[in-house]
Amino acid sequence: MSFELSADHEVFRKVVRDFAEAEIAPHAARWDREHHFPVDVVQAMGELGLFGIVAPEEYGGAAGDFTSLCVAIEEIGRVDQSMGITLEAAVGLGIAPLMTFGSAEQKERWLPDLVAGRALAGFGLTEPEAGSDAGATRTRARLEGGHWVIDGAKAFITNSGSSITSLVAVTARTGETTDGRPELSAILVPAGTPGFTVEPAYDKLGWHASDTHGLTFEGCRVPEDHLLGQRGAGFRQFLATLDDGRIAISALAVGLAQACLEQASAYAKERVAFGRPIGANQGVAFQVADLQVMVDAARLLTYKAAWLKDEGRSPAAVKQAAAVAKLYSTEAAVSATRVATQVFGGYGFMEEYPVARFYRDAKILEIGEGTSEIQRLVIARGLGLPVE
Amino acid sequence: MRIVVLVKHVPDATADRTFDPADNTTDRAGVDGLLCELDEYAIEEALKLAEDRDADVTVLTMGPEQASDALRKALQMGAHDGVHLLDSALHGSDAPATSLVIARALERIGSYDLVLTGMASTDGGMSVVPAMLAERLGLPHIGFVGELSLADGTVRGRRDGDSASETIEAALPAVVSVTDQINEPRYPSFKGIMAAKKKPVETWSLADLGVEPAQVGLSAAWSAVESFTERPARGQGEVVTDDGDAGRRLADFLAQRKFV
Ligand SMILES: Cc1cc2nc3c(=O)[nH]c(=O)nc-3n(C[C@H](O)[C@H](O)[C@H](O)COP(=O)(O)OP(=O)(O)OC[C@H]3O[C@@H](n4cnc5c(N)ncnc54)[C@H](O)[C@@H]3O)c2cc1C
Repeated sequence: MSFELSADHEVFRKVVRDFAEAEIAPHAARWDREHHFPVDVVQAMGELGLFGIVAPEEYGGAAGDFTSLCVAIEEIGRVDQSMGITLEAAVGLGIAPLMTFGSAEQKERWLPDLVAGRALAGFGLTEPEAGSDAGATRTRARLEGGHWVIDGAKAFITNSGSSITSLVAVTARTGETTDGRPELSAILVPAGTPGFTVEPAYDKLGWHASDTHGLTFEGCRVPEDHLLGQRGAGFRQFLATLDDGRIAISALAVGLAQACLEQASAYAKERVAFGRPIGANQGVAFQVADLQVMVDAARLLTYKAAWLKDEGRSPAAVKQAAAVAKLYSTEAAVSATRVATQVFGGYGFMEEYPVARFYRDAKILEIGEGTSEIQRLVIARGLGLPVE
Repeated sequence: MRIVVLVKHVPDATADRTFDPADNTTDRAGVDGLLCELDEYAIEEALKLAEDRDADVTVLTMGPEQASDALRKALQMGAHDGVHLLDSALHGSDAPATSLVIARALERIGSYDLVLTGMASTDGGMSVVPAMLAERLGLPHIGFVGELSLADGTVRGRRDGDSASETIEAALPAVVSVTDQINEPRYPSFKGIMAAKKKPVETWSLADLGVEPAQVGLSAAWSAVESFTERPARGQGEVVTDDGDAGRRLADFLAQRKFV
């Protein structure tokens, strides 16, 4: 039994950390303030091979393990959650569905640029009136003369409107099943397709440097072969996609909690009040000690889930571990940012210090890729509880 | 074509560096080491040259066991193979001895077209090994190059001085040291890290190179560190508050310390 990452993982962590500290950390506050999506840095992450860690070699990937991807997301997320989610979504929501369900032609056409970080893909599942209840999708696609004609709208889609976004996979109703339920399928829509409109970027609480848009489809036509995977398999496909994504979001949360631990503990040693460092007060020191516990627990849950996936354990075991990790780590990250800003006092409320940005960035972790409530639902069902 | 890049494993300059009190040599065990940052520019330049033509990049280091980490990093960046000159008798070697051992190693490599080095090591910082090496091998040497190109058996390098830039051409093989202005070194990629594990590294001892232990090491060094003292702790700064005469007091302060 071992609780350590391998020496290779640690070497890789060091490289990503060096990169993150030199190329991202110094600019993160400005990108956040200016709501700027730094395409050049996304491409530099591409040169580092971060988008291709788990992709097959034939498409330019390194065929590495999922654990390595988690290490990369954690380290980028430690300095900048916006770039962390950009990487997480690009791989987990953009590349993964194509890799898993795409046809040979689709992979050949789209994957090389996505894997190299020259392009980004989004995954459009959520709609203005279908989030947690993603099966309630209203967007429709009908076959007409060898083309899918798509009508509807998607909400909050990451990486969907950047200058290098090459496509978005969207879920849509393509008919009805024999028992009268909506048949859901996923369809690839290349950026710039007529009838596909990317709405202006959202005004968000956090993740200011991440690219998020609403999408509208009005008579949007794509060739029939743009169907992703099997017709009618949309629901099953996105559920599978989300399980892996949850482990990756958990890694993003670990990076955030780790950053809070480091910054709060450094500040508690150096800030003086009443003639002594504030960390000399148990009231402060114990909060920082609790941060250490949260970070360790979150990290262990995350890498255990990644390990189960790398070991090829049963989908049910991975699903449960992913939900457990995502639930705990994201809630720990939100608590960690609250503690860190409290330790920083008034300065914690100033944008001059990263903890203020972290505080704003944390909340979405409990919402995206399945809310905390949905994680609890998944876990309870995994336990066999008859919960609705 | 083969390009050999000389790299050094040095104590991390951001850590507290010190000397080993036993023999006044640099303490390499007590501090974390890394690939000398100035050598990364030489590696990057070699990799760029190799990408444009059919060339192999060999990285070579002389140093203790942990110096293999420097080779590993260079291989992760993309170098093809490595040579580690490792022998306990090398401990405490000075620049003349280092250049002797590396010269023998290059002779053993045999066919090479260009030797690239960084502009200095961040620990010793003397910048003399490349010139000494060229002298021993009877090769041309261009030092402190900020731009480099290869064409028909020659290398051209631009040296930027305070008042002029010189462009110097030399026949290959040649020894060239490059500055930190020449390029922007790449980070190892994930693939590069995976691939480096399988790249060959040879370890050569003094016996392999036909060098006598008496020719190298601390006892053969031309210079020795007699003693060392800790750098004094930095004192409190002096704050000059302007009561109308701050300019004069600042000038006096500088004059007293012979800055003006
Ligand atoms: C910045 C950002 C980026 C995003 N990126 C993407 C993306 O790239 N692709 C994509 O498809 N989506 C994306 N999303 C959407 C995200 O996944 C959804 O917002 C999330 O799943 C919640 O859905 P909702 O907003 O519709 O909330 P709702 O589903 O309306 O939920 C509202 C509240 O009700 C609770 N709730 C709902 N159902 C239950 C239940 N059965 N039991 C208990 N509680 C319940 C929820 O937990 C929540 O607290 C993104 C969102 C944001 C904010």
